[in-house]
Amino acid sequence: MLARNNPQLNRHDELIHLLSIEGLPQAVLHHILDTAGTFLSVNEREVKKVPLLRGKSVFNLFFENSTRTRTTFEIAAKRLSADVINLDIARSSTAKGESLLDTIANLSAMHADMFVVRHGESGAPYLIAQHCAPHVHVVNAGDGRHAHPTQGLLDMYTIRHYKRDFRNLTVAVVGDIVHSRVARSDIHALTTLGVPEIRAVGPKTLVPGDLKEMGVRVCHDMAEGIRDADVIIMLRLQNERMSGAMLPSAGEFFKTYGLTLEKLALAKPDAIVMHPGPINRGVEIDSAVADGEQSVILPQVTFGIAVRMAVMSIIAGNTP
Amino acid sequence: MTTARDRGGLRLLIAGGRVVDPASGHDAPGDVAVADGRIVAIGAPPADFVPDRTLDARGLVVMPGLVDLAARLREPGHEHERMLESEMAAAVAGGVTSVICPPDTEPVLDEPGLVQMLKFRAGSLNLARLYPPGALTRGLAGDTLTEMAELTEAGCVGFSQADVALKDTLVLHRALQYAATFGYAVWLRPSDAYLGGGVAAKGALATRMGLSGVPVLAETIALATIFELVRDTGARVHLCRLSSAAGIEMVRRARAEGLPVTSDVSANHLHLTDIDIGYFNASMRLTPPLRQQRDRDAIRAALADGTIDALVSDHTPVDKDAKNLPFAEAEPGATGLELLLSLALHWAAAAGLPWIQALAAVTAAPARIVAHGPHGEGAVAPGVGTLSFGGPADVCVFDPDARWTVNAAALRSQGKHTPFSGYELPGRVRYTLVAGAVAFDAGDT
Repeated sequence: MLARNNPQLNRHDELIHLLSIEGLPQAVLHHILDTAGTFLSVNEREVKKVPLLRGKSVFNLFFENSTRTRTTFEIAAKRLSADVINLDIARSSTAKGESLLDTIANLSAMHADMFVVRHGESGAPYLIAQHCAPHVHVVNAGDGRHAHPTQGLLDMYTIRHYKRDFRNLTVAVVGDIVHSRVARSDIHALTTLGVPEIRAVGPKTLVPGDLKEMGVRVCHDMAEGIRDADVIIMLRLQNERMSGAMLPSAGEFFKTYGLTLEKLALAKPDAIVMHPGPINRGVEIDSAVADGEQSVILPQVTFGIAVRMAVMSIIAGNTP
Repeated sequence: MTTARDRGGLRLLIAGGRVVDPASGHDAPGDVAVADGRIVAIGAPPADFVPDRTLDARGLVVMPGLVDLAARLREPGHEHERMLESEMAAAVAGGVTSVICPPDTEPVLDEPGLVQMLKFRAGSLNLARLYPPGALTRGLAGDTLTEMAELTEAGCVGFSQADVALKDTLVLHRALQYAATFGYAVWLRPSDAYLGGGVAAKGALATRMGLSGVPVLAETIALATIFELVRDTGARVHLCRLSSAAGIEMVRRARAEGLPVTSDVSANHLHLTDIDIGYFNASMRLTPPLRQQRDRDAIRAALADGTIDALVSDHTPVDKDAKNLPFAEAEPGATGLELLLSLALHWAAAAGLPWIQALAAVTAAPARIVAHGPHGEGAVAPGVGTLSFGGPADVCVFDPDARWTVNAAALRSQGKHTPFSGYELPGRVRYTLVAGAVAFDAGDT
């Protein structure tokens, strides 16, 4: 009994929601990245606006707090001339006991055109996509441990920008992979784009062996994991995992898996260092690396706006 | 008020069917004659038998009513929704004539008065027979033993922790010692309280979908503990809802060693794997979680070779609001009473097994498990789960050639969520008799 067709594509294989990178064809990913490239120039203009989503209402539904991601979506939507409504659901209706689908039904009645959804549970944007009106588009802005597809895409944009070709790269993803939606989206994107060597690096509590089934090489040794890498993606270690049964302490994690200049020297000389932010200096990454020449952490943020503009315009069917 | 047994004064002839009794291996065309709630003839009726009503069973199979070792009826707790009525109606519509309901009700079935009330209310419906196991610990909290002797007198057929894992091994040890003192059976779903906390089976799918995984260790560690305690106490333990190949292998070895353990598996796990979760389909949110293909293959093999005794529906009506949630937040469980027979037949067809063997797993085998042990008011009627001369006329008559498409909205159960929605399944129940009275007639609806 097979899963139904990918719910983010319509019958003509066009992207109508962005829920996960998994299952998207390589051509769709390149189309998004190419479109983002054309928006990058918009962001450098004096008047940073294009009218592609004029008259459309984009609702930012953040069931989990994230000022940074919400802000980048808001900027992206506004640069497309959409009306943006931010709903901090964590503190409003669901706190009063309203169900997720009731919230969606109410907002749909307000003629929303697009929902940008952040939710603490894996799969929540799928539920919303299944229950909203047919003309409404859903963008997953991070669901549980499952996916953060726009982050994955902006990471791919960054890699393509600096490395040009995916097909000869070694990419190391380091840290708390098991709880990371960013890692999952990056891994799906990297495998789809043909990266031959993807390494997942961290202790067995954070990098379980069954990650192999996602097409990555599992490395528990940091030196082995980053040796000769072209790209190193450091993941944020969540506060609640810094001490407990997953890890004994943040200090011990930094000692074993934190990225320092010394460890970075094991990678290729032109390796780039990425991080989805916000960074924990001295936990997963040393300041000298985060602020160093090989760091592309701030360009990632810039590219993120263009990538989110591309995603929203493509799923709404209005590309430049 | 009349009970099913009173009304059983009617003389009924089930004529011209294929009579199948898995307990005895009987499988031959013939009539079944029923009087005073009992079977008075199999084959040809006595010459002087004049039926008040004849059920035409030509082209149909006449078998004992199904015995379902796990079906939640949500009573006490959902009286205002008339749940007991709807779920007992679902039982007989599925050919199920004996229902064993886990004690995880609200409140928990841990007091004799609650058990008596439930049995009384179920009895007055004149639908399926109800055999509740009592809670093993008060409130299923795992701290204090229930009054097992009192509960047995009130009608309990054993003692169960339902799906609540017992964290404290000392309490579990004492519970088994105490139950063994009186010969009561203890029903446990093997799951470690700490390792068993995830929402999908640990493996490639859970990893990919970002769902918290339940490792096989959750089952095997619990089984290892239970088997050690059984060796020490001699308690009889029924293991509920096995889910893993490794767990089943341990059960196989325990039985070879002669430990007094029996086991069951749900019809969902007999047919599905975690891949069926697809894009977070909450109808596949089940307890225990669906595992991988090799586990499902092991479940099928073990049910076929008798390592696993019984097939159960694990019927759990869940309302729409509790299911229409992100996967991890959705309440686990699926409706199943009306699908059990068809899923057993579907398995037989897929595995190339004779029907009679599949039917044994939902009749004679579970009846033997529930009949075990000293019982008070709840004693299982001798002959339940079989078609036998003088035995209770609990009969399921079904059309083996009919195929039907599962349409959740058309089910009698208030639970409308099933992983099998839209499936075409074999076997359709025509009549269900409980204690000689027609409790379900497909022609009436």
